[in-house]
Amino acid sequence: MIMDFVWAFIVGGSICVIGQLLLDIFKLTPAHVMSLFVVSGAVLDGFSLYDRLIEFAGAGATVPITSFGHSLLHGAMSQAEEHGFLGIAIGIFQLTSAGIASAILFGFIVAVIFKPKG
Amino acid sequence: MITKDNYQQSIKPYQPKPNLIQNCIKAFVVGGLICVVGQGLTVLYMEMFGFTAKEAGNPTITTLILIAAILTGFGVYDKLGQFAGAGSAVPVTGFANSIASAALEHKSEGLVLGVATNMFKLAGSVIVFGTVAAYVVGLIRFTAQTILGS
Amino acid sequence: MKQGKQSWLFQNGVYIIDTATVSGPKEKQGPLGSTFDYSYEKLHCDGKTWEQAEQNLLSKATNLCMEKSGIREDALDLIVSGDLLNQNVTSNYVARDYSSSMLCVFGACSTSMESLAIAGSLINSQDNQFALAATSSHYATAERQFRYPTEYGGQKPDTATSTVTGAGAALVSSQTSHIQVEGATIGQVIDYGAQDPLDMGSAMAPAAANTILQHLTDFNREVNDYDLILTGDLSSVGTPILKKILYQSGVDIETVHDDCGLMIYHQDQNIFAGGSGCASSALVAYGHVIQQLRSGNLNRVLVVATGALLNPTMMQQKESIPCIAHGVVLKRSDAI
Repeated sequence: MIMDFVWAFIVGGSICVIGQLLLDIFKLTPAHVMSLFVVSGAVLDGFSLYDRLIEFAGAGATVPITSFGHSLLHGAMSQAEEHGFLGIAIGIFQLTSAGIASAILFGFIVAVIFKPKG
Repeated sequence: MITKDNYQQSIKPYQPKPNLIQNCIKAFVVGGLICVVGQGLTVLYMEMFGFTAKEAGNPTITTLILIAAILTGFGVYDKLGQFAGAGSAVPVTGFANSIASAALEHKSEGLVLGVATNMFKLAGSVIVFGTVAAYVVGLIRFTAQTILGS
Repeated sequence: MKQGKQSWLFQNGVYIIDTATVSGPKEKQGPLGSTFDYSYEKLHCDGKTWEQAEQNLLSKATNLCMEKSGIREDALDLIVSGDLLNQNVTSNYVARDYSSSMLCVFGACSTSMESLAIAGSLINSQDNQFALAATSSHYATAERQFRYPTEYGGQKPDTATSTVTGAGAALVSSQTSHIQVEGATIGQVIDYGAQDPLDMGSAMAPAAANTILQHLTDFNREVNDYDLILTGDLSSVGTPILKKILYQSGVDIETVHDDCGLMIYHQDQNIFAGGSGCASSALVAYGHVIQQLRSGNLNRVLVVATGALLNPTMMQQKESIPCIAHGVVLKRSDAI
């Protein structure tokens, strides 16, 4: 139990360090880093590697944005098994729906309620 | 001698370098802590509602997004971001911040043309590249499975 | 009158009747806080939107300047004004409230001295009697137009600058006063290939150096002829580069140079490498410098406002940053 937290901390922190190195050494913009991470997550999941990382690190692997790419592919693959090639498009947002929907909803509510502080 | 031709090279000594080690430590600690909060939420949802680790994933992410959106509204997340860099940008909370901050910034242009239209100004690239990558990888993987399976 | 290659000498006598400076809250807390005529307590400057906030700054500065000068508004021949926003909206929207002619100018952060030089020239030509030079910038409007939403958690590097929230105005006339506008040097657009919009100090230093050297040549002067040579917003990164480039050309400004962006804030105000924006040079020149000239602590000052002529589209297309610098000579006058 305690070790779950320790590994979540170490793995999650390490993924962020990779992001920081991309920002500082390769001078990428945050948008480029995020895009790269999502693509990496999908590619790693293509080789079924990301699931192993999640088993090992728990939230350390599901909280970083790389997991978004992994979830997109997982959704696509689960539908593909049922509906064939068409299923890829049907299922792509299946698992990420909650994340995207809540980000839109909460973003909207925050914009309505708050005033930019500057 | 600083000239136009060697300008970029010759001014390097005057440009402060990012403190790489310090930045990485900050990113590691803050990013790690956000994941620990995520882990705590997962455990909480598993204990409280009897979810499996997988089922607890969505409520965990949703809660983190809610927290990030609120911190953005209170003008705290941008300060956290300046401190932590990738540590607060890479977790899903950074994704939520990019959406909430863009939405809030354009409130002055109205809910439709401002908030709604500009909401994905920063986060759009993540969704586009995620979708395209997942589609391509999915296509390759499914093709491989079909060929190998048959 | 054209002087040398790029300069104008105002031989008919051009004077600043009075100036006004209006700042935001952060600038008020800085070392020059007490020199401003008015400071808003909140970044919103009584406006509903950031754009309105900047208009309020500029409007307050122009109104105060007219008030302090004691010149009736219908006597004003011309406004020369500009800012950082697309289509110079701040200046143009504020000018709606005036019934005089309006010339809108853009020189990025060099707009302060560009507008003053143009106003001076139009007075010197004796076609006009009173011209108002004004400019403004606001942290949040500049952030949203040139960078990211203000609440976005991106990390800025130490080379970045922080846009000064404020506005400045100067009423220029052929009527004598204690402050004379002696002349101006109009800059060339200089591009040394810098591409980082979060390091504008490095990009602008060659333009400032070029204008200062040209100025000294055109007027056949030396650094010692000035009590102070001010640059607009070269920051702690661009300032040493400027000094080095000038030193290589045999000009040592070490003892007389200061940078407006480094004067406005205290070190601990989280402004990275220093202040920037049109208001950086405007607040210092129209506040502190004018007051020092009046009190006799300074006699002749060269203000070189520096501008990075970029926009986000050109940056995304991987273009470099062209820069410009305009210098204006302010002199204590005994004409009155």
